[in-house]
Amino acid sequence: MSSRERILGRVRRALADVPPGEDGPVERDYLREHGERTVEETVDLLAENLADYRAVVHRTDPGSLPRVVADLLAARGASTVLVPSGLDEGWLAAAEVTRVRDEATSTPHELDQVDSVVTGCAVAVAETGTIVLDGSPDQGRRRISLIPDHHICVVRVPGQVVASVPQALERLDPARPLTWISGPSATSDIELDRVEGVHGPRTLEVVLVR
Amino acid sequence: MSGTFVGMPAFPVAAREAVRDTTLRGNLRHATHTIRAKRARAVAELDDWERLRQAGKRIKDRTLRHLDRYLVQLEESVTAAGGVVHWAADADEANRIVSELVKATGETEVVKVKSMATQEIALNEALEAQGIHAYETDLAELIVQLGEDRPSHILVPAIHRNRGEIRDIFTREMGEWGRPAPEGLTDTPADLAEAARLHLREKFLRAKVGISGANFMVAETGTLVVVESEGNGRMCLTLPETLISVVGIEKIVPTWQDLEVFLQTLPRSSTAERMNPYTSMWTGTTDGDGPRSFHLVLLDNGRTDTLADEVGRQALRCIRCSACLNVCPVYERAGGHAYGSVYPGPIGAILSPQLRGTGSEIDASLPYASSLCGACYEVCPVAIDIPEVLVHLRERVVEGGEAVREGSKVRLRPAKGHAAERAAMRAARWALTRPGALRTGQRLASRTRRLHPRTLPGPGRAWSGTRDLPAVPAEPFRDWWQRTRGGKDGGA
Repeated sequence: MSSRERILGRVRRALADVPPGEDGPVERDYLREHGERTVEETVDLLAENLADYRAVVHRTDPGSLPRVVADLLAARGASTVLVPSGLDEGWLAAAEVTRVRDEATSTPHELDQVDSVVTGCAVAVAETGTIVLDGSPDQGRRRISLIPDHHICVVRVPGQVVASVPQALERLDPARPLTWISGPSATSDIELDRVEGVHGPRTLEVVLVR
Repeated sequence: MSGTFVGMPAFPVAAREAVRDTTLRGNLRHATHTIRAKRARAVAELDDWERLRQAGKRIKDRTLRHLDRYLVQLEESVTAAGGVVHWAADADEANRIVSELVKATGETEVVKVKSMATQEIALNEALEAQGIHAYETDLAELIVQLGEDRPSHILVPAIHRNRGEIRDIFTREMGEWGRPAPEGLTDTPADLAEAARLHLREKFLRAKVGISGANFMVAETGTLVVVESEGNGRMCLTLPETLISVVGIEKIVPTWQDLEVFLQTLPRSSTAERMNPYTSMWTGTTDGDGPRSFHLVLLDNGRTDTLADEVGRQALRCIRCSACLNVCPVYERAGGHAYGSVYPGPIGAILSPQLRGTGSEIDASLPYASSLCGACYEVCPVAIDIPEVLVHLRERVVEGGEAVREGSKVRLRPAKGHAAERAAMRAARWALTRPGALRTGQRLASRTRRLHPRTLPGPGRAWSGTRDLPAVPAEPFRDWWQRTRGGKDGGA
């Protein structure tokens, strides 16, 4: 007997007391979102919660976005920046940096030499201060937002913002590789106290564009 | 201290040693009290917390009630998405499967994401025996591995170490494993985290094989979910060419939508955050992004035996948040090592004796490692009634009875150490059903009360070693009642 059959057989014997047939749908009486907010207030909550977990939040409009991105990269002293293949070229129009393309052939060691990365996002969750990347062309492979120490993520508001985790899951496609990011990398492993900055980008800047 | 739990003494013996260690008690007290207050604040932010908790319970119960169907569905979805599914009935089989998969890649080192399942099966030791080095990359796991120590907490395996001890371990050991700790390393948490970042960077960048567990597996989509903080998980899940995930069969949720409950309750219960810094979700393999080959090893190792127990099976709802450890007065004083298992604390006290059976001294003693105060049940985000299962398992230890081990029904014999308890209970039953004998006994006890010892002799000594014997009154209650009719005659 294969282990597959053995395990499934054990499960079925263990459940001998369970009546056969379907259960009804699981009762879901919890909230779809917490509290009532205007669109504007939801965006404010996103900014507040992102900042609470030490992401640096900036607000701007489409016209000023290239200037803001350029200034953030300059302030950081970044000379190289990773660029996903589908990123709006205008976002980096004002930046005087060497662009490094997100390519399948790059090695992790090569990516480790790059100063910063600029991406878009799939959705942002206000209640938890989370941005979610789904590997779309404006976000690139998972590793490019992981290895560089500085991540600039552009969120279009209010279009990409949802209030809650349930609403975010509704918008996402499980077939895509997903990364939920809430602040820069952190650890609670020393005396159960939170410290920011371990293996992922130690600086996360989120630019909210209206 | 060795990195294994084999041959651990019974809980009271191990706990007695631990409570004498004042540094350990100080470390545990500081850490558990810090997180307790933070968890309470994070939970209070959601006014539907109790409804989320009950929904989590319902979803997990439903999964368990139809586990065979969801396992088959999961296998289909993972396979359709490009993954390969393996089934492991026990620890040895899982270790064999993983070793062979690693050997097939030709690699001799792997990077690991923190995983309870691989701790449970002692995968690192099994790989080492095959000449494969497994590097733990979670900060706390790294502290444990470098210190040749054992984990003592589900979420923070090095909770028993304070910052000074961690600094000393890093300074002493990092050079043996790779990049040494920076000169003059201080004990500030930020510097310690930086030392770990530098030490592990090279290992991540060159890794060809990653090994993980998973917090959730979605049956309908084949999606696996890993919830973490540091980014070491993302490194291990995305940079290597081969990814092997070892996951207990109970980690399934039926639908994508079910994640909306647990992604709210898990972070708030474990690290007391609205959301943990990183959550990775992957479904099979993706062309040009992440590992080219993905293997899922589904692990039984006592879970189906646990499932066969109608009271005890609720332990399989556990999502490994560790909130029950952080509120437990026994854990706070005894520490995690005394539980003799990778699963310490209240959940460990009901999980280990079910996964491993109650045959060993340590496993038979674990259901007693509790004051039954119920704080663990209060905080559990999937409402596991831990006190109920503890009492159920105590009964099994004392009385014996039917259980399932490795898929077969067995009849457990009553445990030896509880003969006096059983005799006392039999005597109580005899006396309480014979009012005359009870009255005579009570009167006798009152008259001789000056002669009573402060501790019990013989087999009762262990019981009275940690408890005061109740003082016997000068007059039995029934005599007093008859004499005074409840005090109405003023004779009280």
